[in-house]
Amino acid sequence: MELNKYQQELFNHQRPVIEKFGARTWKWTIFFLLWIGLGGYALYLQIAKGHTVTGMRDNVVWGLYIANFIFFIGISYAGAVISGILHILKVEWRKPIIRIAEMVTVISTIIGPVFILLCVGRLDRLHHLFLYPRLQSPITWDVFAIGTYFTGSVIFLYLALIKDFAIYRDAKLNIPKWQQKMYKILAIGYRGTKGQKRHIRISTNLLAIMIIPLAIIVHSVLSWIFGMTLRPGWHSTIFGPYFVLAAIYSGTGVLIMAMWVYRKMYKLGNYIQDKHFIYLGYIMMVLGAAYGYFTFSEYLTDWFGSEKWSNEVIDKIFNPAKYGWWFLFTNIAGILLPIFIVAFPKTRKPGWITIASFFMVIALWVKRYLIIVPTLESPLLPMQDTRTEYVKYSATWVEWALTFAGIATFFLFFTLLSKFVTIIPISEFGGKEKPVVTTKDSAEENEIAPA
Amino acid sequence: MEEELNKPGIKTNRKDFLKKGLFAGSVLATGAVGISSLTSCSNNSGKKIKVLTADGKLVEVDSNVIIEAHPCCAAPAKESRKGIPGKKFVMVIDLSRCKHALKCQDACQRYHHLSGMNVWLKVFKMHDAETMAPYWMPKPCLHCDKPPCVKVCPVSATYKRDDGIVLVDNDRCIGCRFCMAACPYSTRSFNWEEPQYLSETKGAVYSPELGFPQKKGTVEKCDFCPDMLRQGKLPHCVTACPNGVFYMGDLNEDSVSNGAETVRFSQLMKDKGGYRLNEILGTEPSVYYLPPVNRLFPFKDVEITKENTEETK
Ligand code: SF4
Ligand code: SF4
Repeated sequence: MELNKYQQELFNHQRPVIEKFGARTWKWTIFFLLWIGLGGYALYLQIAKGHTVTGMRDNVVWGLYIANFIFFIGISYAGAVISGILHILKVEWRKPIIRIAEMVTVISTIIGPVFILLCVGRLDRLHHLFLYPRLQSPITWDVFAIGTYFTGSVIFLYLALIKDFAIYRDAKLNIPKWQQKMYKILAIGYRGTKGQKRHIRISTNLLAIMIIPLAIIVHSVLSWIFGMTLRPGWHSTIFGPYFVLAAIYSGTGVLIMAMWVYRKMYKLGNYIQDKHFIYLGYIMMVLGAAYGYFTFSEYLTDWFGSEKWSNEVIDKIFNPAKYGWWFLFTNIAGILLPIFIVAFPKTRKPGWITIASFFMVIALWVKRYLIIVPTLESPLLPMQDTRTEYVKYSATWVEWALTFAGIATFFLFFTLLSKFVTIIPISEFGGKEKPVVTTKDSAEENEIAPA
Repeated sequence: MEEELNKPGIKTNRKDFLKKGLFAGSVLATGAVGISSLTSCSNNSGKKIKVLTADGKLVEVDSNVIIEAHPCCAAPAKESRKGIPGKKFVMVIDLSRCKHALKCQDACQRYHHLSGMNVWLKVFKMHDAETMAPYWMPKPCLHCDKPPCVKVCPVSATYKRDDGIVLVDNDRCIGCRFCMAACPYSTRSFNWEEPQYLSETKGAVYSPELGFPQKKGTVEKCDFCPDMLRQGKLPHCVTACPNGVFYMGDLNEDSVSNGAETVRFSQLMKDKGGYRLNEILGTEPSVYYLPPVNRLFPFKDVEITKENTEETK
């Protein structure tokens, strides 16, 4: 594979990352593995003793696991929607960041469903989902939707990788034999002929178009697990779009954070520039405003209508003695903060935007918790149970351990994957680009591309 | 029709039908077969035991029947999906007679070998508003005709039968608990840990109509005692209640019985103003309530304690 000057420079810059598995990487890997090990022990306890080791009981039948499930499927939107849409719109500046975005997608689409498995009481009977599928159940819709979405995302990532694999194959990297061989297999004989280029272009375009509706279906169906029940706080017609929006929003936040980490770690400042943060910041701001609007109309209607049953949930969410502070936090950190940080030129900087993303992503996780737990704590008939754990949910260490194991797995996969492929795709750049040197404020001078 | 009613090959004693007062109208054609010749528990011990029926009569039955009456009459899983032909079961709960004696709950727990953790029949203290009078409300599964729990199950482990009963098959349930989240009446329980009292049910062949042996990681709930209904008997809560709060019967025959008296269902609804719980939800329960008017007992508040909610066993 012939590389042009820009590509050569980009490749040389990232080459050491692939060639060396440094001490720092080892340290992190071991750290993540320790977390996963602890999660493994928690999982063993849960399987041996049953779900009694979790905080879930007959009223609050779902807890942290389901919140994590929604959260991870949500952030998977980084690749699906952000990179899909930018691809279709042919936005040039997307090129350095799409690989990260698609990696987020594939990895979180693997981890999300694992949390469902942790929640299910009989792991040994999962095949029943295919033996006795019932099309009426939103869970069945989810199984098919997530399965298709995952396959689509993997292919989307892979298509963008084929050309890069060919580059790694031909670059005579200083890597073990098996890795050379792997690149050779994965490159499936790509030589950059006209026909091959065309095939990849067409398939990528097709997938970019397909992945967007698929992503929308996945999160709508997911929201309908709640929306299709008769419970206040769940039984809402806007739940589909509300969840979809929250997902794109949190996906953008995670993408910004990942960009920041990689830029720092591998000194990619010349490629992942300030402007990327700012453009994504703008996207985040718009999504934040829309998300705020949805949140407002959802809770306003429930509160204003004030049906008795809805009121019970609303009271739990608004009351400072219950979940009130958390709810306030989700609104400040999850809606106002990103909007204001991006709105003011003073704070419209990669560091600030990353901080805002960080808080926003946490706020959105808390929000998922607030969607699930208060509703389950408000059954229609009075809860006259003296067993406090049946009345109020509080997650146990087992659930937390598995949650952190999930996050550690996310980071671990990311670390490992970035040792096999370059974080910034090389083949994407056609040669028109000239090497850029970023000054601190260069981004502000840049024009904003139509996004 | 009687042959069909006893589908799993169970022949029932005609006297037994009459004694229990259930299905009284349709019973006369049934052949008289001894209770101890029930097919699946035919090992006759020869020992006879005297038992008191709900309506106060002393009868003599084989000792084996007493112990195994339960396991012997339930249909296997596949058949349990169909229901008893020609029937549409309804229950009526007369709130004016309930004094929170909890005998129904005791019987339910005992016959289903339930551990203290899971209670199928809960008795709620209802006090809808400050200005209203409190009352006790026993609540089994309402066996909704449009059951939200059945709608959401991904593997059809919970299902609605032709005779109106909603059952759970714990051999199929994957434990996703979606049905629990979907049921608006807090009916279902989950086996969060290995069920206790497994030794009591050792050897019993599981059937969704029995509800035991329980299994860890699966859902369970009140099943209207279909194994009793197959024998033409009343569910355990109905016979255990000393005040005749529960009536069980067949909508098609328009008759319900609480063991002591058999009445026309439609007449009962008309006379006492029957209603269903939260009609507005559209779940169309099979359980009807009679309002707590002209009460038999004054409402005596009982602290709902650990003992009477969980340690009922
Ligand atoms: S009361 Fe609940 S469990 Fe019973 S049928 Fe209705 S929805 Fe299902
Ligand atoms: S917990 Fe069992 S019965 Fe309930 S919905 Fe899931 S699989 Fe069906």
